[in-house]
Amino acid sequence: MVKFGVVVFPGSNCDKDCLWAVKDVSGQKAEFVWHESKDIMKYDVIILPGGFSYGDYLRTGAIARFSRVMDAVQKFAVKKNKMIVGICNGFQILLEAGLLPGAMLVNRDLKFISKFIHLSVENNATAYTNKCEKGQILRVPIAHGEGNYFCDEKTLNSLIENDQVVFRYCDEHGKINEETNPNGSLYNIAGIMNKKGNVMGMMPHPERAMTKELGSTDGNLVFRSIVDHVKKYL
Amino acid sequence: MAKVKIYVTLKDGVLDPQGKTVQFALDKMGYKNIDSVRMGKYIEIDTKNDGKDLKKQIDEICDKLLANPNIEKYSFTIE
Repeated sequence: MVKFGVVVFPGSNCDKDCLWAVKDVSGQKAEFVWHESKDIMKYDVIILPGGFSYGDYLRTGAIARFSRVMDAVQKFAVKKNKMIVGICNGFQILLEAGLLPGAMLVNRDLKFISKFIHLSVENNATAYTNKCEKGQILRVPIAHGEGNYFCDEKTLNSLIENDQVVFRYCDEHGKINEETNPNGSLYNIAGIMNKKGNVMGMMPHPERAMTKELGSTDGNLVFRSIVDHVKKYL
Repeated sequence: MAKVKIYVTLKDGVLDPQGKTVQFALDKMGYKNIDSVRMGKYIEIDTKNDGKDLKKQIDEICDKLLANPNIEKYSFTIE
């Protein structure tokens, strides 16, 4: 079984959902990891969950990145066969920590948006999307006030050239344009990974789309992809 | 004792939806001569450090924590 560690920061509120998604729904091993933990090497995958770590004070993720566990996460990221997934606030923390490029701005329309959106799988040759078809449309909810992804032109070009864009916002037919962009994100970016492909951040919540009672089961594709990928070298 | 006044603002070229909304409101109020509004943060620090390395320390604090160099720039005054 794949061992997941779900980091709990003061103000995390999707930690239990993530644990449930990997443990109860996906049938893997999973534990909470307190934000003061130093040793996380026993896990295969670390999840930084959504929420409002440290009240989102100063900037989203800005304080959390200095938690003790983040030193361990930095070391974890450079190890072979270790994976890190940041969801929503977790993505914001990865950006602040410099593990992924760019930054988040306030949503284009200044509103906190909580609703189902559609994602286009831009790259299916990743550890997070290998169970998807390229261009497959996933229905997953978002819930954030600062998910307006921004980076400079050079960074965007390098993200595109290196196939680091994993998910883009689209409509139910896969159309990607300004109208199908919920928050103003550059290039409709909803999820990106690092060059090595072992660190991924996404604003939408796959852990909230795991059973049909929740309105969608598409989140399973993300977790099943991760599990399958990790199992190859266990 | 020294007081440091720090201003963190969005870099030129980074969209500022809040500033745009304030500008829109001002326009509605009849202030037609406002060209642009940019929002930012103001931070005050009191410190025992009033020595030569204070400027260096504040730069470090701003680079590491108070500003995100991807989207923000900063300036400060020391009193």
